[in-house]
Amino acid sequence: MNLILDIAWTHVRARVRQTGFAVAGVATGVGFSIMMASLMQGSQDDFTNRLVNTLPNVTVSDERRSPPPQPAATLYAAAEIHGLTPEARRRGIKNPLATMAALEAWLPGAVGPSVKVQAIIRYANHDIATNIIGIDPRRESMISDLPKQMRGATLNALFRATNAIVIGDRLSDKIGARIGANITLQTSEGARLNAQVVGFFHTGVRQLDESTAYVLTKTGQILSKQTGLINELRVRLREPMTSREIATRIENDTGYKSVSWQEANEDLISTFIIRNLIMYTVVGAILLVASFGTYNIISTITHEKARDIAIMKSLGLSEYTVRSIFVIEAMIIGVAGALAGFLLGYLLCLALGSIEIKNPFLDSDRLPLAYTYTHYLLAGAVALVSSVAAGYQPARKAARMHPVEIIRGAT
Amino acid sequence: MSAAAAQDTHIVAATAPLIEARNVTRILPGVVPTTLVHNIDLVIRENEFVGITGPSGSGKSSLLYLLGLLDLPTSGEVLVRGQETTNMAEEDRAHARLTMLGFVFQFHFLLPEFTVLENVMLPMRALGQLSASAMRTRGGDLLGSLGLGDHMNKRPDQLSGGQRQRVAVARALANEPPVILADEPTGSLDSKSSEQVFEVLRDLVHRHGKTVVAVTHDLGMAARMDRQIELIDGAIVADKAVLVERI
Ligand SMILES: Nc1ncnc2c1ncn2[C@@H]1O[C@H](COP(=O)(O)OP(=O)(O)OP(=O)(O)O)[C@@H](O)[C@H]1O
Ligand SMILES: [Mg+2]
Repeated sequence: MNLILDIAWTHVRARVRQTGFAVAGVATGVGFSIMMASLMQGSQDDFTNRLVNTLPNVTVSDERRSPPPQPAATLYAAAEIHGLTPEARRRGIKNPLATMAALEAWLPGAVGPSVKVQAIIRYANHDIATNIIGIDPRRESMISDLPKQMRGATLNALFRATNAIVIGDRLSDKIGARIGANITLQTSEGARLNAQVVGFFHTGVRQLDESTAYVLTKTGQILSKQTGLINELRVRLREPMTSREIATRIENDTGYKSVSWQEANEDLISTFIIRNLIMYTVVGAILLVASFGTYNIISTITHEKARDIAIMKSLGLSEYTVRSIFVIEAMIIGVAGALAGFLLGYLLCLALGSIEIKNPFLDSDRLPLAYTYTHYLLAGAVALVSSVAAGYQPARKAARMHPVEIIRGAT
Repeated sequence: MSAAAAQDTHIVAATAPLIEARNVTRILPGVVPTTLVHNIDLVIRENEFVGITGPSGSGKSSLLYLLGLLDLPTSGEVLVRGQETTNMAEEDRAHARLTMLGFVFQFHFLLPEFTVLENVMLPMRALGQLSASAMRTRGGDLLGSLGLGDHMNKRPDQLSGGQRQRVAVARALANEPPVILADEPTGSLDSKSSEQVFEVLRDLVHRHGKTVVAVTHDLGMAARMDRQIELIDGAIVADKAVLVERI
């Protein structure tokens, strides 16, 4: 075996208990870091998946980012005209079928036409503002997970009654509507419609479950008082993470405002960033504290082994060699701690994953955990680097020690 | 090669300076600076058996550390084989110690966790020129020649003081350095062990052509060496070669 490794290993082996504590410190740091990262990542992934699967990845609406200018303003560019309202355009996406076909020609995914109307649901003394979305149930499985999220009936139930409606389960709880209930929909334009509840859905995204309802496209068009209206194209992509880029391209191609799910949930995503920042700070602090143990043990060994260091230096071992011995010892502690930490982290995740909790915000009664090897690599790498960094200073000091001073002191 | 030519080269080699101190002074800095040695001029040649004597505190150890490149002079210079060493990089000085100088201290100074053989192999491994098996063989031969063949796999604390000191000699010889520097190698030994260690050192000079510089308190032992240097208060007060005197 290599001389440096041999001596380092001998020192470590002769102090199983002391080095054991240092290793345990690193292992605890690594283990809890992995657990925390797994929990954070797990809940984030869980939420993201829910958003991605429930909401369209990109929503193309008939709005524009900036209101269209008044013809007067364009014609008389030199003149300042005040008090003009923006030009009112006919609502809806022009030539929706052609637009869809054009998008589907290049989009890696599927596009579905829909009508979105704001309406107030009236039922048993409740007035609740709701987004009513007119969809084609046969296409819906290509665009969202709504068919899978139905409770009590399939989405095809929409065909079963005239003006059938499916509403979110939280909404139904709020107004107390059961299947078969007749509710009234009223829009600000004055349209009024009686609809029959034929089913519920549960997406797990509160905002949707509380204030969204689905009807057939035709029903939606009646509510909006405009036959043939399509004012929203809902897009699902094979790679949801590319939604931002695709949305930008759609907007450039069509001129219609296209919002990716990331943009629609920007505040949520920035919350995740802050959460991750907090997590990395805490994890970093844990690992830093763990490295104090390594520093401690390496300093102790260099003090206990001062005489041996003097011998080695007087024999002609270089400063570099002596320093390497103690850096390697720190590395041994780091590696052992990381490996033990991997095991601990995995076991902690298993333990956490087996706990049942009733969480009003989660569907499952288990904590969502992400088992990602990158967490292990990252925690291991940080543990190793901080151990070596912690061992370096005492190792350097030991290597610079003057052998004569120690030999004089010993004789 | 003729016998005369061989004789000539032997004489030339025997007179070549190995270690040279030129006006060496070592002062320990401090509130009250301590002069360890001062104005030392000294030439150690090949195949010499040199004893350094003097009262306690006269600077014998300090001089040995300077000659062995373990310590740096405050002024003056130390040359090894004609090469100036005081301005060398620490790494090069370490390498010179590893290959040219063997140290034996008053206390054996072996690494306690390693076996006798492993201790002897340590300098060889640090130099890294031999294969593992060659190191083992050489270490075994060295220990065998010092009468320690049966103790190779013991730990230092399983040996007697004299045995440990012979292990230290074996370790000093590991990389075949031309010079052995010994600081009171028999200081902690009984008279029988002292005699054994002394004979080992004498054989190194007389049979193996090495140079040995040994600090000793034992004036009788010093008298049996080929050259005696006496230190008082950090200065050389006498330097006599026994052989020259005998002639
Ligand atoms: N670290 C130190 N601090 C202060 N003075 C020291 C130190 N080391 C040695 N000295 C002094 O330097 C002088 C020379 O010491 P050195 O050890 O070389 O003497 P020595 O001849 O080897 O003595 P001994 O025979 O007792 O071993 C002594 O007076 C000693 O007290
Ligand atoms: Mg001394």
